Amino acid sequence: MLPTISSFALGILFGLGLSISEMTDPARVIGFLDIAGRWDPTLICVMGGALAVTLPLFPWIQKRQKSLLGEPLQLPSQTRIDARLIIGAAIFGIGWGLAGLCPGPALANLASASPGIALFVLAMIAGQWLAIRFGSR
Amino acid sequence: MAEANLYGGLIGGLLIGLAATLFLLVNGRIAGISGILAGLITSKFTSEWFWRAAFVIGLVCGAAIYAWLRGALPLQHQAGNALLVLAGLLVGLGTRLGSGCTSGHGICGLARRSPRSLAATATFIACGILTVYLTRHLF
Repeated sequence: MLPTISSFALGILFGLGLSISEMTDPARVIGFLDIAGRWDPTLICVMGGALAVTLPLFPWIQKRQKSLLGEPLQLPSQTRIDARLIIGAAIFGIGWGLAGLCPGPALANLASASPGIALFVLAMIAGQWLAIRFGSR
Repeated sequence: MAEANLYGGLIGGLLIGLAATLFLLVNGRIAGISGILAGLITSKFTSEWFWRAAFVIGLVCGAAIYAWLRGALPLQHQAGNALLVLAGLLVGLGTRLGSGCTSGHGICGLARRSPRSLAATATFIACGILTVYLTRHLF
């Protein structure tokens, strides 16, 4: 029960961060990616602000054996930079550039009740399902 | 698009970083949104499924609280439906093959000093820039 409550609370904090930084607006994201147009540096500030917290604190937390709720820390174990990683990141980047939406802002935007956003999220879940179903190692 | 939102970006970014840090400290997990969502497809209806659903519902609630306080969500530009479906499929497929998205690789992975996440982040930003260049300036 406790992990679910803290997860909910931190999801809210994350969603507030995405909204305040206006990363929920695809125009902000496409403005950042559009280096040949009117470049919008807002996303740099968001990444910078987030990394200013995570970069110094993650190594310190990673030394712990267990989380505050007593669960073992679950960190990614893969270290190899392979074709699957690069091809996947490239496909994601193309989709990101086409709509200006990545998974966090897309989900947060469900709050707008926009049918287009709901379509994007359904397609994203379908894409994940395809990758899990047919692309497993 | 209006002027760059540097202060809002920085404050929002700090909150995102704080949420990711507390998530690792309290829940012991990486706050990678694509991974949290994908786990809803693969995990059974156990506590595992519920914390994942709670995080996603929290995300929506956070944005809803903002919209309630400020009148609306910042959502000015939106692609057409066909493009949104295509982009959604690519984002879903790519984030699973590539094991992460902007949050998992970009914010948490870089903080873990993961070379994989650095390679993934550089790749998706480069491909995003190329895609916007091709769609906005060439075609």
